[in-house]
Amino acid sequence: MAHILLRHREIPRINEIDIYEKNGGFKAFKQAVKNMEPTEVTAVVKDSSLRGRGGAGFPTGMKWSFIDNNSWPHYVVANADESEPGAFKDRELIESNPFQFLEGMAISSYAVGANIAYIYIRGEFWELTATLDEKIAEMEKLGYLGNKLFGSDYSLKIYTHLGAGAYICGEETALLESLEGKRGLPRVRPPFPPSFGLYGKPTVVNNVETFANVPLIIDKGADWFKSIGTPDSAGVKIFSLSGRIRKPGNYELPFGTTFRELIYEHGGGIIEGRPVKAIMAAGASSSMILVDDKVLDTPIDYASVRKLGADLGSASVIVIDDTVSIDWVINKTLNFFEHESCGKCTPCREGTYWMQHLSQSIHAGNKRKQDVDLLYNVAKQMQNKCLCALGEFATMAVVTGIERFPQDFNLEVRE
Amino acid sequence: MLAEKYPEEVKQILGRYPPEQKRSAVMPLLFMAQREEGFVNKEAKHEIASMLDISETEVASIIGFYTLYHAKKEGKYRFQVCNDLPCALRGADKFLEGLCDKLGVQVGETTNDGFVTIETVMCLAACDKVPMFQTQSPNGIKYYENMTIDKTMELIEVLKMADKEVK
Ligand SMILES: Cc1cc2nc3c(=O)[nH]c(=O)nc-3n(C[C@H](O)[C@H](O)[C@H](O)COP(=O)(O)O)c2cc1C
Ligand code: SF4
Ligand code: FES
Repeated sequence: MAHILLRHREIPRINEIDIYEKNGGFKAFKQAVKNMEPTEVTAVVKDSSLRGRGGAGFPTGMKWSFIDNNSWPHYVVANADESEPGAFKDRELIESNPFQFLEGMAISSYAVGANIAYIYIRGEFWELTATLDEKIAEMEKLGYLGNKLFGSDYSLKIYTHLGAGAYICGEETALLESLEGKRGLPRVRPPFPPSFGLYGKPTVVNNVETFANVPLIIDKGADWFKSIGTPDSAGVKIFSLSGRIRKPGNYELPFGTTFRELIYEHGGGIIEGRPVKAIMAAGASSSMILVDDKVLDTPIDYASVRKLGADLGSASVIVIDDTVSIDWVINKTLNFFEHESCGKCTPCREGTYWMQHLSQSIHAGNKRKQDVDLLYNVAKQMQNKCLCALGEFATMAVVTGIERFPQDFNLEVRE
Repeated sequence: MLAEKYPEEVKQILGRYPPEQKRSAVMPLLFMAQREEGFVNKEAKHEIASMLDISETEVASIIGFYTLYHAKKEGKYRFQVCNDLPCALRGADKFLEGLCDKLGVQVGETTNDGFVTIETVMCLAACDKVPMFQTQSPNGIKYYENMTIDKTMELIEVLKMADKEVK
């Protein structure tokens, strides 16, 4: 099947505006503005069953329909913070197929009545952002952004806003705080951004990949989109495949593809032909999936991965083979979370600190049962007590790693 | 003074946000301030605070919160090597160790000539192109992927040469 999102794999210069136009580019945005009511656009996206690709899998059309029409102005914000360890799909999209993402943002902005949209992009994508600014300027020049588009009354400006190195700013309310010029500390929710977002105004926040799906949904229709993937998860997903794999990279595949196909057919199998030991499907925030034949033959969608006791998240699939000890993996994830905890709430701030120290000493060779038990208990106690999901994420690999790989902690295998 | 040195750009940055929300401009302005010496000096902190009607303490707390802002001078080029989990699964720690040995520094230290500081960073969204690092300098941020120690040493020489020419 030809790519839907990573279309540059077939059309190499689709990042140039004339090539994008020649391949049907901006047709959907023009169609929406000229011939559709904003609510109709939202209805099509709702009908397509598109779910957010940033991690939580929330239905996109439903989110747009929650926008509060009693409060104005409205904003649209693209989440291009991409900082989950193991995630590198949005970067490829922005670099190689930027106009499809920008057109999706534009359509979304029209649907929710936003005249200003921001792209919050991680500061490390500095060079990429300079290019993206040029792409936006080209769209303005050709009349795809600006005032009174396509002879209508609708106007739209898109601006980029660089982050500056903070994973927490990927969490949508922390992102909005950061965009307001503050430290990126998550807000207490509810209220959610569609009623209280940027500058306290109704705001839709979506992931880059989510937006990139939108032009084709408007162009080809909801039924076309639903014909791809599974009933639970429609469409394709970009899997960022990393770790002990022969051919790491991004692979766009329909939902329902098995882990076996992803790892062996696309990823070329494991380095040196070794067996897969564990999969982390949602980057460092993942539960550790203990891999057997049943797991490898699982068709990947949100519901099926949940049945394996894990989450798909942003589909940042880290593959771990039998040369790697899980206590080391946990220590690495905790280095990350201890560093990235924003410190706003005590369970996460203190919990990540203690877990990092414990796992450090466990990994250094001190695998005393009482330390492993303490680590496990600290993680358990953090769960459901944190203000945002980061605190929860920090416990996932710890709890499931110890439960599912006790031998790596010198614990007896529990039946 | 930023407003004197880059008047057009400052205006353009402020223009991206609603006039009553100008503190949103703090992040782009801090990046601009770092163009001078690679960190935000006292003068810039003061100027940004007064430009945006926020206190200097607030500006300082923002500098402290985000890892890409710096409050003090380090090596001209910060080499920020990713050794987060996915990179580490593909040999990033070994690369880092080898590079440090070659340069005779430890993580966090600067070479004697003040040119290179070695730092480690969390995932940079390049986990399929290991070993990788970014450089942060007054010239901005740049990625280097699929690197080797030899290629990195060559890069350092090239950067030093370019630096001399500018001087
Ligand atoms: C700690 C944390 C980090 C996150 N990082 C990102 C990110 O880098 N990119 C992203 O799109 N969503 C990220 N999210 C999810 C966002 O909060 C939000 O759900 C998402 O941007 C919504 O867009 P979607 O519905 O299109 O997925 C993160 C969430 C948390 C809790
Ligand atoms: S859970 Fe952690 S990251 Fe989230 S608000 Fe609390 S301290 Fe900050
Ligand atoms: S872990 Fe190094 S770039 Fe992702």
